[in-house]
Amino acid sequence: MTTPSEWEPTAPLAALQLRARLLARTREFFAVRGVLEVETPILGASTATDPHIESLRTVVAGSPRFLQTSPELFMKRLLAAGAGPIYQIGKVFRDGESGSRHNPEFTLLEWYRPGLDHHGLMDEVDQLLQEVLGCSPPVRESYFDAFEPRVGADPHRASAAELQSRVEALGIHAVGSSGFSREDWLHLLMAEAVEPHLGTERPHFLYDFPRELRALARIRKGAPGEPDVAERFEVFYHGLELGNGYHELTDAAEQRQRFFDDLAARRALGRPEVFLDERMIAALEHGLPSCAGVALGFDRLVMLAANVSSIRAVLSFTIDRA
Amino acid sequence: MSTTYTTNQFRAGLKVSLDNDPCVIIESEFVKPGKGQAFTRVKLRNLKTNRVLERTFKSGETIEGADIVETSMQYLYKDGEGYHFMDPKSYEQYHAPAEVVSDAALWLKEEAECLVTLHNNAVIQVTPPMFVELEVVETEPGIRGDTAGTGGKTAKLETGAVVRVPLFVEVGERLKLDTRTAAYVGRVKE
Repeated sequence: MTTPSEWEPTAPLAALQLRARLLARTREFFAVRGVLEVETPILGASTATDPHIESLRTVVAGSPRFLQTSPELFMKRLLAAGAGPIYQIGKVFRDGESGSRHNPEFTLLEWYRPGLDHHGLMDEVDQLLQEVLGCSPPVRESYFDAFEPRVGADPHRASAAELQSRVEALGIHAVGSSGFSREDWLHLLMAEAVEPHLGTERPHFLYDFPRELRALARIRKGAPGEPDVAERFEVFYHGLELGNGYHELTDAAEQRQRFFDDLAARRALGRPEVFLDERMIAALEHGLPSCAGVALGFDRLVMLAANVSSIRAVLSFTIDRA
Repeated sequence: MSTTYTTNQFRAGLKVSLDNDPCVIIESEFVKPGKGQAFTRVKLRNLKTNRVLERTFKSGETIEGADIVETSMQYLYKDGEGYHFMDPKSYEQYHAPAEVVSDAALWLKEEAECLVTLHNNAVIQVTPPMFVELEVVETEPGIRGDTAGTGGKTAKLETGAVVRVPLFVEVGERLKLDTRTAAYVGRVKE
């Protein structure tokens, strides 16, 4: 049933004005740095293969199309075509993600910097946050340094069984965790034992992730006796996971293998089938310049600037009113 | 056959069965790392013990709904087994051990209408009527003229409850009481 006030926006108009100012400031930030604004398709013939991200499907002139969960695949094709540094502010779509900090459609700010590694790009994310949010300089530490003292286990070397015993020792009651992989336990421990302590006063960057959490980041071989790490970073602020970046994988063969691994993981989890993006792999075969890329949740940036804890307060209409 | 709920149906007020105990969800939050397994962080209250529990569900997990029925019943009598109640519609009788009835026993007089909470057809909670009328069986002699009820003393009632009453109250009088606060409301004229 529709109640009389349901036509109204979920965010106050002041929050929408703030959003517009932040958009202008963000575009200015990239304009003075010579980063090109681009737009890429929302409707794609393929989509992200990540086993834990669900794409929405539609049909265009009889052919299946996926609403993009991130502009990553298309932006890498632009990079391979020689676009140089590029950024995009656009809507992305993820099925089933709804809550106080999630909405199934949301705005992502994504950018790529040829020639930079993840540390170089962290510097730029830091500059953007200081300029747009006026926040203090961040804390920067490795995933290991954030995880090990709080959990009491080495995130690179502990087995799934060891991580599980730490979960129990920390009094975390997990339901449905039978068959959890090392990766799943790491996510649970991060969410319950580490993240609540990050970014309480200033943005907090974590870098050099365990191998399994590589996503599309390149792997840096460890010195003899040292673990390999994924050259990935994340930034947290006031309890929000704000952004996720990589020193990007450029090797086409390894990219193909990771897509295959994802598709196998999706089948094992019973997730809907998606198609592998052959055009993106072809772009990598042509040559993706060495680069770093990052995606920031723009709505969460507005939440921080507006000092609100619910995404409802910064979206004109959330899914329940759309 | 009870209902099953998936994590995306979790919301405050939902009654579910956790480790065979009936619980009510107080808070439910969707927790999703940008990459990786999504979770639903839930706070629940165990309806038997009133304890608050925290659980982190893998998203997509299911939980059985709790078969919880709240119904008005008549209190019949107490014996060695505990307290006996009757559903006035079906005439079906239920019994509840003393530890379940707990402090509600202090207000139970035969034939009182109580709210009884059943889980899988077993009594897990008894709520006495909001207001009851009970006779005073023990108190200091009343002080006449103190009708303003400024002072106070204790009085024992026929069910065993001990409450604060005004000084003028006498043994044998019937009082109206608020069971939520054990407060004296007034005297009942015969």
